[in-house]
Amino acid sequence: MTLDERLQNVAVIGAAGKMGSGIAVLIAQEMAKLKLKPENNDKIYRLNLIDVSEKALDGMRLYMKTQLLKVAEKSTVTLRGIYEGREDLVENAEIINAFVDDSYALLNFTTDIKVTKDAHLVFEAIFENEEIKIKVLKTLRELVNEDTLFMTNTSSIPISYLDEKAGLGGRIIGYHFYNPPVIQRLVEVIAAKATTDELKDVAQELGKKLRKTLVSSSDISGFIGNGHFSRDGLYALNEVERLKDKYEYHGSIYIMNKISQDFLVRPMGIFQLIDYVGIDIIECLLRVMRTHLDDESLTSSLIDKMANNKILGGQYSSGAQKDGFLKYEKNRPVGVYNIEGGKYFSFDDEWRKNIDNDLGILPEGYSPWRTLLSDAKKQDKLKAHFNNLKKMNTWGAKLALSYLKKTKEVALKLLSDGVATSADEVNAILTNGFYWLYGPINDYI
Amino acid sequence: MSFFRKKIYATAGFNTISLGSGRKEFHPKKPRPGIEHYIKEAGLGSIDQINKPENIDEGVIGNFMAERFCRQGNLGGFFPMVHPTFQYKPCIRVEGACDSGGLALVTAIKTILADLADVVLCIGFEIQNSVKAIYGADYLAGAGWYSGERKKGHAYFFPDQFSQRAGACFEKFGKERIRAGMAQWYVNAIENARKNPKAQEYHNRNSDLMSTGLTPPNPKVFCEHINVFDCSKVSDGASAMMFTSEEGLKKIGVDGKDAVEAVAYAQIQDNLTTPPPDLTKLSTCEIAAKHAYQRAGIKSKDLSVLDVHDCFSIAGLLAVEAAGFADHGEGADFVKEGNTKVSGQIPTNTTGGLIGYGHPTGASGVRQAVDIVHQLLGKAGDCQVKIDSNRPYGMMSSMGGNDKTVVAMIFEKLE
Repeated sequence: MTLDERLQNVAVIGAAGKMGSGIAVLIAQEMAKLKLKPENNDKIYRLNLIDVSEKALDGMRLYMKTQLLKVAEKSTVTLRGIYEGREDLVENAEIINAFVDDSYALLNFTTDIKVTKDAHLVFEAIFENEEIKIKVLKTLRELVNEDTLFMTNTSSIPISYLDEKAGLGGRIIGYHFYNPPVIQRLVEVIAAKATTDELKDVAQELGKKLRKTLVSSSDISGFIGNGHFSRDGLYALNEVERLKDKYEYHGSIYIMNKISQDFLVRPMGIFQLIDYVGIDIIECLLRVMRTHLDDESLTSSLIDKMANNKILGGQYSSGAQKDGFLKYEKNRPVGVYNIEGGKYFSFDDEWRKNIDNDLGILPEGYSPWRTLLSDAKKQDKLKAHFNNLKKMNTWGAKLALSYLKKTKEVALKLLSDGVATSADEVNAILTNGFYWLYGPINDYI
Repeated sequence: MSFFRKKIYATAGFNTISLGSGRKEFHPKKPRPGIEHYIKEAGLGSIDQINKPENIDEGVIGNFMAERFCRQGNLGGFFPMVHPTFQYKPCIRVEGACDSGGLALVTAIKTILADLADVVLCIGFEIQNSVKAIYGADYLAGAGWYSGERKKGHAYFFPDQFSQRAGACFEKFGKERIRAGMAQWYVNAIENARKNPKAQEYHNRNSDLMSTGLTPPNPKVFCEHINVFDCSKVSDGASAMMFTSEEGLKKIGVDGKDAVEAVAYAQIQDNLTTPPPDLTKLSTCEIAAKHAYQRAGIKSKDLSVLDVHDCFSIAGLLAVEAAGFADHGEGADFVKEGNTKVSGQIPTNTTGGLIGYGHPTGASGVRQAVDIVHQLLGKAGDCQVKIDSNRPYGMMSSMGGNDKTVVAMIFEKLE
C-alpha cells in the first residue's frame, strides 16, 4: 500500500490534545490535496479524530477551522493551481474558503475508538502515560486490519517496549512532533528493534510530504530531544536548590532563567520553557526516563512539589500561557513563584535589582536571540559573545559558562550512550526543535 | 502659449504618516484610525496652512477601494466633516485604481479651468490594513480586468503582473543587469524614506540594504521574478493639497511664495481589456510624459525633481525610462549608476516613493504632487534637493493598473 493510499483513511487518537490537534491539521491538508486531484474524485477520504472528551472535541472543531484557514491563507499560491478547474472560484477568498470546507469535510470527530477499524495509518498522541498508551494500543490492535501502521508521538517511552507490550509486531514507529506541530519543522523518528522497513519508508515519505526535518534517534528513553532537555532542565533545577539559601526560590529561578535566556542567548529562559512544556508533562517525562533508564538522578523535588500544588504551566485552549514557575501577562513573564511562600514575586520589585547587580552586566555587543535570529553574521557574533563572556569576571558570566559546559556534557553523554550517533544529530534537534542558534556540541567552551 | 487657459496654483500640501508594517506604532491586531480620521487629518493639515478656509469652494476625494477595504461608499459625504464651512458645498469622489489620487488632481484643475471654482481641496486616502495581504490582493486586483484576467491570475495578482514584466526585462536585457537596477531602486527608496519622518520605512535600520534587495524570489509562496522588497507597502494614509486660480490664492490668503504653478498635465487612458503591448515598457506612462512635456513646453532635462509610481522596483526602472531619462532597456543601468539618487542627475522619489514612503493607493497620486510641490517650495525638510534656477520644474507621474490609467503633471517654481 502506498502512502497516498494509506492517507485515504487515517485516525488520530488523543486528537483534541495539543499534539494530536496539530498533527490533525497537518494530515487533514495533505488528505484534502489528495482528494482534490481529479483522479481521486470518487474516492472517500476520512480523517477520524478521536478523543475521550466530547467537550474537548467541541473546542477542536473551532481549532481545526481556524488552523485550516491559516494554512489555506499561507498556501493560496498553490491552492489557486489546485482549484484551476473550478470556474466558480475566482478570488483568493473563495479559493481559501473552498479549501477549508473541503478539508473540514474529511473530518470525523468522535469519542468512539471503533471508527479506527478501517484506518490504514494511526497516530497515537494521548497523554504521556505508558499504562494508558499500552492499553489503547492493544485495543487498537484488535480493531484494525493487519497491515495498519502506527505512529506514536511519545517523547520518552521506548518504542520497542510499547511494541512488545501492545503486541504490534513491529508495526509501530516513534514519530515525535515538536510543539506546536503545525509550526515546528522537526520530527524525531525512533524505530523500534522490530519496526518494519515498510513503516520506516512510510515515515520518511510522510516527513517529506509534510515538509518536516526528520532526525533519527536511537530507541533509548527520552530519545535525543528530551534526553537533552530533561538533563538541561534538571541542571537548572538543581542550581536553584543550591542558590535558594541566599536568593530564595523566586530569586534563584529568576537567576537561572535569565542566565539561560540572556547570557546563553536562547529563545526563552529554561523556566519559561519548562512552563511552556508543562510541569505535569515534565514530571511524567522524568518518571518514565527514571524507570526505563534506572537512573535515580532523573528527579526533581521542586518539580514534584509544583505538580502537587497544581501549579502546572501549559497553555489554555486559546494558546495563552498558564502560570507556572513564572507568572505571565500577554504571554510575557512578569513574575516568579516562590514555593515556600506560595506566591509570585513581581519583576517590578526591588529584589530583582539586587540580583541583576550580583549577576553583573551582559558582555559588550550582546544581542538577544530574536535580533540574532535574522542576522546573517550570527555565527561570528555568537563566537564573539562567548569569547567576551570568558574574559569577564562577573558571577553571571561564571554561572553562564558552567551552564554552557553542562549543556555540552549532556549532549556528549547522549553520544557516548548511543542515543545519538553523531554530534550533528544532537545539534540538529536543539537548533530545529528548540530554536537554539547554536548546537550544544560547539567550540565555545 | 501656456496649455491651461488660466493660471493654476498648487499650495498647502500635507501627507499623513503612511501606517503599516515597518512603522513602530503599527500593530496588525490593534485598532487603528479609520476613514474619518484620515480624511480629516489630511484635510485639516492642508487647511492649517491657509488663512480663510471658508473660501474653499469644492472638494475632490480620491480613493480606490474603500467599498471593499472598509465597506464604505458615498465617500464625498465625508467632506463636510472636515470643516464646518464645507457643509452643502460640492464634493466628488474619483476612482482610477492606484491612480485615483492622480485623477483627483486632474478633477480639481478641470473644475477651476471651467470657472466653476477658485479653490478646490483634493484629498486622497486609502486604508488597506483592514484585511490580510492575501485578501487585499483580491481587492487590488480590481485594478485589472476582473472577468478577463482574474481567474487565470496569480494569488498576488498585481505583484505577479509586474513579476512578468521583470521576467520579460530579464530575458531581453539580461537578468543580472536588471536585477541590480531593481535592488538599487530598493536601496534608494529606503535611504530616502529614512529622511522622511512620515514614511513607512522611516524606522528601517537594515545595515545591508543591497543584500536585502537582492533576496532571491520564492515562487512557491510569492512571485517568480520579484521578492517582497521589490513591492510597495500595504499602507493606510492620506494626502491633501489645494489647487487655486490666481483669484483663489488671494481668497484663501496665501502668499505667492507658498504656492507653485501647475503648468500642464496629461491624463491618458489605455484599454483595460487588452494586454500591454510590450511588457518591457510602460507605454502609457511614456505617452503621458511626452504629452505633459509638450504641453508645458519643456524637456525632461528641465526637471529638477521627479516622482514616479514605483508600485514595484521594476515599475520604477521602467517609469524612469518612460519619463525620458533613459533609453529603452537602459533604466536599470541609469539607476544603478546613481543618477536617480538625491545627489544624482535627476533626484527621483526623494521622500521614499511607494516602496519607501508607502502606497495608500488612493492617496499616492496626491502624495506625489505634494512632495514635488514641497521640493519646489524648499519645504521638503531633510529630503530637500537643490532646485536649479535654470530647471525650475518638477514632474509627478502616477499610474493605475498595469500601465492603464496614467496622470503626468508638471509644476513650476514661481519667480
